[in-house]
Amino acid sequence: MKLINQHTKKIMEGCKERALDAGLSFDRESLEYVVTNTDLIELQPKVMIPTMYDFWVNDIQVIQGKEKYKVYPHNPYETVINSRPAISFYNDNNPDWLNVMIFYHVLAHIDFFQNNQLFSNTWNEDFVGKALADKRQISSLRNRHGRWVDYIIEFSRSIDNLIGFFPNLQESITPTVGNDMASYYFNIFCQKNLKLNEHFVFNQIERYNSLINKNPQVGEVLFFNEIIKKHPEFEIEFQKHLTSSNTVKKDVIEFIRDHSPFLNKEENKWMKTVINIIRDASLYFSPQMRTKIINEGWASFWHDRLFRSDDRINGNEIQYAKINAAVTSISRVGLNPYAIGLRLIQEVEELGNRGMLSHEFDKLKNIEQRERFNTNTNKGLDAIFHLRKNYSDFTLINAFVNQDFVTKHQLMVIGKRINEDRNTTEYYVKSKKASDYKKMLLDSLYHPPSIKIDEVKTNDKCLYLIHEFEGKQLLKSHIKSTMMGIAFLWGGHVELITNEIRQNKSDGTSWHKKIIYSYKKGTLSKEEL
Amino acid sequence: MNQHQKSHINPFIGKSSNLRLEEIVWKNHSYNPVISLQTLDELLERDNQREEDGFERKIKLGKIVKPSENGSNEIVIVPTTIETKFYHDNSVTNEDEMVGGTGTEEEGTILGEQRNQPDGEEGDGMGPGNGEEKGHDLNSDAYNLGKVLTNHFNLPNLQQKGIKKSLTQYSYDLTDLNKGFGQLIDKKQTLKRVIKTNILLGNISINKEPDLSKLINSPQDTIYKILSREKSYETEALVFFVRDYSGSMQGAASEAVLTQHLFLYSWLMYQYNKKVKTKFILHDTEAKEVHDFNTYYRSNVAGGTQIHPAFNLVNTLIENEQLHLSNNIYVFYGSDGDDWKDNNNTLIKELKKLAGFVNRIGILVARNASSSLPTTLETNIEESNILSELRDKLKLSRVNANDFTEEQIIDSIKFFLTV
Repeated sequence: MKLINQHTKKIMEGCKERALDAGLSFDRESLEYVVTNTDLIELQPKVMIPTMYDFWVNDIQVIQGKEKYKVYPHNPYETVINSRPAISFYNDNNPDWLNVMIFYHVLAHIDFFQNNQLFSNTWNEDFVGKALADKRQISSLRNRHGRWVDYIIEFSRSIDNLIGFFPNLQESITPTVGNDMASYYFNIFCQKNLKLNEHFVFNQIERYNSLINKNPQVGEVLFFNEIIKKHPEFEIEFQKHLTSSNTVKKDVIEFIRDHSPFLNKEENKWMKTVINIIRDASLYFSPQMRTKIINEGWASFWHDRLFRSDDRINGNEIQYAKINAAVTSISRVGLNPYAIGLRLIQEVEELGNRGMLSHEFDKLKNIEQRERFNTNTNKGLDAIFHLRKNYSDFTLINAFVNQDFVTKHQLMVIGKRINEDRNTTEYYVKSKKASDYKKMLLDSLYHPPSIKIDEVKTNDKCLYLIHEFEGKQLLKSHIKSTMMGIAFLWGGHVELITNEIRQNKSDGTSWHKKIIYSYKKGTLSKEEL
Repeated sequence: MNQHQKSHINPFIGKSSNLRLEEIVWKNHSYNPVISLQTLDELLERDNQREEDGFERKIKLGKIVKPSENGSNEIVIVPTTIETKFYHDNSVTNEDEMVGGTGTEEEGTILGEQRNQPDGEEGDGMGPGNGEEKGHDLNSDAYNLGKVLTNHFNLPNLQQKGIKKSLTQYSYDLTDLNKGFGQLIDKKQTLKRVIKTNILLGNISINKEPDLSKLINSPQDTIYKILSREKSYETEALVFFVRDYSGSMQGAASEAVLTQHLFLYSWLMYQYNKKVKTKFILHDTEAKEVHDFNTYYRSNVAGGTQIHPAFNLVNTLIENEQLHLSNNIYVFYGSDGDDWKDNNNTLIKELKKLAGFVNRIGILVARNASSSLPTTLETNIEESNILSELRDKLKLSRVNANDFTEEQIIDSIKFFLTV
């Protein structure tokens, strides 16, 4: 692993100038390393973070990766990690023109990491540095507690998809209302407790503001002294509100960390450190898992646009076209996130340019009018920058995969079935409907099950989990060992309420049944409710 | 070198805030991630420890299919582990697997098809040399797999139990030492003896440089290397893998049988230190021998089933070459249990005859799950009472073809090998 040479770094800097001019925005500082494919195989299980803590599962994946590489050698062009400064890895044998293309692709990824709202919680820390500190912490814990550290890592990782990524994000983008006195008084107390009308609330706000303007030091105290005189219950209500709002919104890992009788024993408190490290890492990677298609689409969109207008690469257009096509063509069979992401971003740009992201266009029912519609608004770039800031894979697909899009790119859902007579697996066109295509795309996205703690029933002996059924049952083969890990961390039994799908093979109907799984002393039992 | 690298980045990113990061990456480079990796043996040891700690083992075996130019794919075994979490199970609601694609075809059009299991080449046209050559890669992988299986699943270690009927041969090598005469002087040993004798005689003392002219060299001190008789273990095991490859076996049943035979093959390779002779026999209504594991693994035909010709072929092969005199013979048979009605009990007769030759016969019935009734094969065997009659030799185990697990296959192997 070494830094790229001066010559190549200069190319990168040239790419940065042009990308910034085109409207992308990212930190000027970045580090580029040349790595071997073996390095990459070793980094893969560590999610490409070189400083990630060691864990035996990673070692198995490395052994596996090396064997796989012998059978299916491959040569990835680049990998970027969302750190500060951004780090990216390359092969060292690329010609300059190819580096130009790759660098644009990387810069667009960096731009996406640093501007998309889903990543906002990652903007204030450098994960590579944090990971190193964590790695040292874990290895020092290993010196003291040996293999038990690895069990705690394993069990924490088995629930690291049950983190409240969106609640966390929500909290940081729009902090909860009512955490300070003023916010509580105007937003909650006046409206819910006193049931004052808006007009009166506005008057109060004005009075509050003018008091603070006149007496910056004591204005707030003056205002609330008056309020407390008038409504003596205000202070108590505010305290009550604070305590009640703090106990909600804990995710499964947090709840176990804070309330497990086992972890709260003095001799087990070190385990909480490990749990926090696993949870933080999982939170950190959450936005990446939710923006694969849009991020790759964004990067492909910009490498193409910037490369083609780059004056340094004259004469290499044909070679470029070949590689670009290999990366971004829609697979005949299979799902290429680069291709779908790119087409969706191009689609939104076109919609923006023709003014079709408007109520005016939405109102039109006539197909010819819709086809001809063009107000020449040329707001395409604005539209895609809006996407880059606010959209994830789910919102992008949900909003823009429609019949127009599916028809335009001749997309289809391909089914696989077994033909017993011919002893073959057949690939056939299952559907060309946008709704089916969209469902197939959405089903392929990262979407962990929503599992909550039943805080009322939970006690020191037993942790109660509720799985919110979203039409999909849990993978049965994983239930036992996952619950085993949770039971270990809780130091007691675990019960899980979920639903299972039942099917009637003869008429194809299906329904679901409420099931309770209980894990007690090493055995899992299941009961219908 | 570190300095040199730093000078590369300075012009672009300044030095203060980023030095830290650079150090980090450098540290990582210098400690070299490879060193921190654990070896497979260490990982397996950790997995053993899990059981003592009260948790289930986590390391399993995965297969990677290795495509080769002549179309006969080979299988590479890798250790694998799954980090279990609560996941949604999409397979329950979708009957077919679905992927995206593009094209102008209408709905319902078949775009292409893929052979489920390529038909094996006919055994006739292929010389044994060819078969051995191709089998080689699998052998070395199978050996590793066997090691994993033995350590990991606590399959019995045959060598420790001792093999009574081993055929020993001798080879000769110059490895024994002899005083005074022999074929080759062993200079190092001779010198040692000479020094020892002269120390005893007082010709060499600790403080003084020895006077070489005064040293005495007795003929008894000259050490020679002489021929020695070395035991060499010749092939100790002969294993017959026999399976039904008729139409009814396609899919899950074959998968179960082949998984077991692959494991067994690997385990025996390890146990007998690669000195296993194997014979592979396929049958539908007739039996034939094929020459390598790959062909055995991949072949299938559509047709009816008769089991006894397979065992008849095994018996004939053993008798013709008198293999039972010099080998430990194991016969492993796998089938979905389908058989034609056999009024003369031919199968039972063949099995009884075979039991006279072999150490063990292990029969795996991979039931197609549709019925819970015993299959024809099971009924035949049970009615004939040979399971108790030949209980030292014949073992029968069953799995459900549609939802068998690796553990069941291993358990069944353990059962086959119980004494």
